[in-house]
Amino acid sequence: MSKYLLKLYITGRTPRSELAIRNLRRLCAEELQGQYELVIIDVLERPELAEAAKILATPTLSKELPPPLRRIIGDLSDRERVLLGLELLPFAE
Amino acid sequence: MAIPELTPVEKLATGIPGFDLIAAGGLPKGRTTLVSGTAGSAKTVFAVQFLAEGIRQAQEPGVFVTFEEPPADIRRNMLGFGWDIARWEAEGKWAFVDASPQPGNEDIVAGSFDLGALLGPRIEYAVQRLGAKRVSMDSIGSIFSRLPDAARIRSELLRIAVALKALEVTAVMTAERTEEYGDIARYGVEEFVADNVIILRNVLEEEKRRRTIEILKFRGTVHQKGEFPFTVVPQVGIMVIPLSAIELKQKSSDVRITSGNAELDRMCGGGFFRDSIILVSGATGTGKTLLTTEFIAGGVRQGERCLLFAFEESRDQLYRNASGWGVDFARMVDDGKLVIVCEYPEAASLEDHLINMKEAIRQVNPDRVAVDSLSALFRVSTPKGFREFVIGLTSFIKEREIAGLFTSTTPTLLGSPLGHRSPLFYHYRLDHFAALRRDVRRDAPRHHRAEDAWFGTRQGHSRVYDRQPRHAHWPSLPQRYRDPLGNPAPGH
Repeated sequence: MSKYLLKLYITGRTPRSELAIRNLRRLCAEELQGQYELVIIDVLERPELAEAAKILATPTLSKELPPPLRRIIGDLSDRERVLLGLELLPFAE
Repeated sequence: MAIPELTPVEKLATGIPGFDLIAAGGLPKGRTTLVSGTAGSAKTVFAVQFLAEGIRQAQEPGVFVTFEEPPADIRRNMLGFGWDIARWEAEGKWAFVDASPQPGNEDIVAGSFDLGALLGPRIEYAVQRLGAKRVSMDSIGSIFSRLPDAARIRSELLRIAVALKALEVTAVMTAERTEEYGDIARYGVEEFVADNVIILRNVLEEEKRRRTIEILKFRGTVHQKGEFPFTVVPQVGIMVIPLSAIELKQKSSDVRITSGNAELDRMCGGGFFRDSIILVSGATGTGKTLLTTEFIAGGVRQGERCLLFAFEESRDQLYRNASGWGVDFARMVDDGKLVIVCEYPEAASLEDHLINMKEAIRQVNPDRVAVDSLSALFRVSTPKGFREFVIGLTSFIKEREIAGLFTSTTPTLLGSPLGHRSPLFYHYRLDHFAALRRDVRRDAPRHHRAEDAWFGTRQGHSRVYDRQPRHAHWPSLPQRYRDPLGNPAPGH
């Protein structure tokens, strides 16, 4: 059973969306060693999911499991902050 | 080559009481209007009422995008205005787009982003699902404090405003400001919705709060300029008091009605004009309440309906005073000829008094209205607020073409009666002015001169001036006392 459940909300297949997907895939491969499940949701196709999750900005990465729920906004190019958000890094400094 | 046809900016009547009058029809249709105000300036009420009146009056569904308060709070807070949002949601007339901060979940930002998710799927989806004609966004400053990069958020909000235009909805976007008289809004948001700007103010003036609304600009279309007072009323919401927007269109009547005092009628050339407003001014004990009582008794004798607003004395005191002068108020009330409204001036703000008084006049539909005293209401007001109140009340009464009599207490017992022609007379377009002066000299002569008429009251003699030019008893006033509104003095 996978340890992490990650949902990535994007708005259409824009360059920013593609960048976020690439960044996330690379990071998962390097840091999560297969211990994850990744769901990509295009809010243009599933507006009701965006409403239910109250998505304000895209891309938004939502860490559903393990708790607590955390959200990371942006194209995920700031790797340090993504790891911090996923609680894969201790809150240093 | 086809040139796109240019059409003038249409207006959408909001249904917010009084607002459409100062907005010359309503908000620019199909556009976004920025509504900016400090904390507590009723921005959210405006945004909610814009949708609520659309649903109630125009059967137009609305979408409410909330950036600050959770929908549950808004549903509860707005019930007091009689807006049952939950019911409208169930009926498919109202939809929330909840962009309020989620508790315990502070977003981390890692890279560039846009607000595409909010705009496309959420707002557009809701608008299309309901067939909405109106959208409110409240309040956008909250996004700036939650997400970095103000420049990006500004451009994203502009994108939303443009997209709303394409959806052909009329939108209200609220924003915060830090000072009542300063920058239009925080974060420079007016830069992207610069076409239409409304400012709500809640100014502290002499320890009293005074709410005003100002339409700063409507691009390409007209509106009334300047600040207009408004008040927030339970079960109604925002009520704008459109003072200078009131048209002077009332007809003028030559019909005379009795003042209730035969001698005064004689001096006025046969009584007051049917549609005039009389200001009775004098120091304490000069007989203002007596004159009011006679005015009402005279009306009732003619079979007219009277309405008395009493701000100084209780019902029992009024009954007792009147019976002392042989007038039976209690019976008049029982006969439905007289309605007395007694209230402490402090019981409400002046704006609320005005609304209550208008409502009472509307319900009672009287032939004459008396206010005893107008000056008591000054206690709960500022000079500017009082002036607006008097203008609002007199124009409402004049519109209905009924007779009004207001009393005003002046501080001095002696002195020139002309000195009693307080700013009230000059500012408020009152038709007649009666200065009551108690004569303290026991041997005062009882004489009648054409320009200097006296009439007796219980306590002494008083002078009467009448501004109507046709009147024979107009005193020959020195130049400086001439009517500032330019009405010619008699004989000119």
